Amino acid sequence: MLEVNNLHAEIGGNQILNGLSLDVKQGQVHAIMGPNGSGKSTLSYILAGKKDYKVTEGTVRLEGKDLLALSPDERAAKGVFLAFQYPVEIPGVTTMTFLRTAVNSVRKKRGEAEISTPDFLRLVREKAASLRIDQEMLKRAVNVGFSGGEKKRNEILQMALLEPKLCVLDETDSGLDIDALKVVAEGVNKLRSPKRSIIVITHYQRLLDHIVPDVVHVMAKGRIVKSGGPELAHELEAKGYAAFEQAA
Amino acid sequence: MAAVQETVERVRSIDVDQYKYGFVTDIESDKAPKGLDESTVRFISAKKNEPEWMLEWRLEAFRRWKTMSEPTWARVKYKPIPYQDLYYYSAPKKKPGLESLDEVDPEILKTYEKLGIPLREQEMLAGVKRSNVAVDAVFDSVSVVTTFKEELKKAGVIFGSISDAIREHPELVRKYLGSVVPVSDNFFATLNSAVFSDGSFVYIPKGVRCPMELSTYFRINEQNTGQFERTLIIADEGSYVSYLEGCTAPMRDENQLHAAVVELVALKDAEIKYSTIQNWYPGDASGKGGIYNFVTKRGDCRGDNSKISWTQVETGSAITWKYPSCILRGDNTRGEFYSIAISNGHQQVDSGTKMIHLGKNSVSRIISKGIAAGVSNNTYRGLVSAHRKATGSRNFTNCDSLLIGDKCGAHTVPYIEAKNSSTIFEHEATTSKISEDMLFYCMQRGLSAEESVALVVNGFVKDVLQHLPMEFAVEAQKLIAISLEGSVG
Repeated sequence: MLEVNNLHAEIGGNQILNGLSLDVKQGQVHAIMGPNGSGKSTLSYILAGKKDYKVTEGTVRLEGKDLLALSPDERAAKGVFLAFQYPVEIPGVTTMTFLRTAVNSVRKKRGEAEISTPDFLRLVREKAASLRIDQEMLKRAVNVGFSGGEKKRNEILQMALLEPKLCVLDETDSGLDIDALKVVAEGVNKLRSPKRSIIVITHYQRLLDHIVPDVVHVMAKGRIVKSGGPELAHELEAKGYAAFEQAA
Repeated sequence: MAAVQETVERVRSIDVDQYKYGFVTDIESDKAPKGLDESTVRFISAKKNEPEWMLEWRLEAFRRWKTMSEPTWARVKYKPIPYQDLYYYSAPKKKPGLESLDEVDPEILKTYEKLGIPLREQEMLAGVKRSNVAVDAVFDSVSVVTTFKEELKKAGVIFGSISDAIREHPELVRKYLGSVVPVSDNFFATLNSAVFSDGSFVYIPKGVRCPMELSTYFRINEQNTGQFERTLIIADEGSYVSYLEGCTAPMRDENQLHAAVVELVALKDAEIKYSTIQNWYPGDASGKGGIYNFVTKRGDCRGDNSKISWTQVETGSAITWKYPSCILRGDNTRGEFYSIAISNGHQQVDSGTKMIHLGKNSVSRIISKGIAAGVSNNTYRGLVSAHRKATGSRNFTNCDSLLIGDKCGAHTVPYIEAKNSSTIFEHEATTSKISEDMLFYCMQRGLSAEESVALVVNGFVKDVLQHLPMEFAVEAQKLIAISLEGSVG
């Protein structure tokens, strides 16, 4: 599904990624763990196409096609979804309007017909209920005045509606209490499918108790320094990142 | 709403660069000789078959105008306007005051059709929602047709061209014309008083709620022609009217002058809601051409408990100089101003409002949203004042500016004066930029760059959009998206 090869990238002249390689197969869930400043969020932004980051070397392919040449909206249409660590507030735009605009934009780019209003409402109601999002929240402006938990659930709701092929969750667990974490993890687990790949970026093992990954990577100083099964996350939790940073 | 959608689509499909209304209609016109002197004023008055008092009124205005100079305090820059090089009157060659639509030049009808303004009543009735809007169409200097006149007459409402009103209802016109915007009010209003050629006249009798929305559609077609329309709306005691105004013009390389005057009078317990979508040609990408829009709009809440509300969506014009205002003369009166002003390319906007509190417990509210893109400049200029006797008066002002890109400017110039101690005035202002983060977030969800800007901007102006009549709101939303096309790189 996703092949990242020898990726080097910088922002504002600072080198952040130093030859990162990653191969995520269809249907797999990969976890990327690492300390602050190791380049985890940078990787997620580069996959989604954020302007400020400059790729200086390496390639990123989605289903064999060059991803870096595409604009963020084209990538979204191809099925790349990023659940933001800090979802952005859009004052005056109701969540419902935003969701509908997003779904229709993506459908249009995928050559599908726009979804009808009743179908859309039914779909949103169903997905929202499973994430315990009440209808009132959907009438509020996007992320404005949302609690940390509401913001993250809203991200997962969007993910469910846009039917992506590759989901990148950037520290989705940050700012969540245990109950909210469970709801979010359940939402993500429902989206696990043999056709969809998921990358979970996190600091902590605790999210991975709920979303059990196929592969765990440790990232330090802009590259992946160790990969393994779910047990690697436990090892990290016990030993800390310091040992791995030295290895980098 | 479907009809409006269709309208918008149709207008959009007209293939003229960015500005979708820039076509020219080829019709024969009847013009006054170029330039301006007393004989021009007499020519216009004679063309309109006006009574002597009207001519005198115009001549008085012209004499005053000659002694005045153009105001320079606004934050706009433009080349001197060649007043002697303009035509002050241009009418489609056909007698004014037509009996039926069949007498209207088919080319003009086609123009309005292209613009999505249906003038045939039977067609409007066929459409579902549009049917409750009566339209007065002003083409260059004259009103060409007013729809639903008969139906309005049944309710006692007078709606038609001001030229007709001067002849048919002189008592009303004499009583109210110039009573809100005096003849010598300001340079442009005085010029208008001398040479205004047409415009709309509305009278709503006591206790009548106008049964439909009234609408005027202004179109400048002729080259080198100034458009000076005059609108007078009187809402008698306890009445209500909602009035909509739309404007477009062809694309021309030279600048065209538009200096209108709008006067509103609300008597005791009356309410006037006035909405504008101004979409004059803004000039091309290099700043060439476009309409100079110098407009004086003022409402007088003359009677106690009366209410006047201005809602405007300003997207066009090379220069906008416009301050729709309310004089809150009666006690417990209410004035409102809701504005969206968008400037892109080389446009310059200096717009705002004045709320003059004279009556006790008068209340006013100002919500202004300025959006600047390209290399444009967008200024909010407002005055809120409370007279000594206006005890208990209140104002709330909220001015927000949004910048797109880093070559445009937004400015806020509020003047606030309170001459009594029980007045409460509140002023809030913010300036923000559309952040890259916001756009990236939207684009990550599949919206194109332009769709993202339109979405964010629509959210920004939502507080104002919701004050527009439903059909207008939808058009305004589309118009905002069109106006900002190409504002992100």
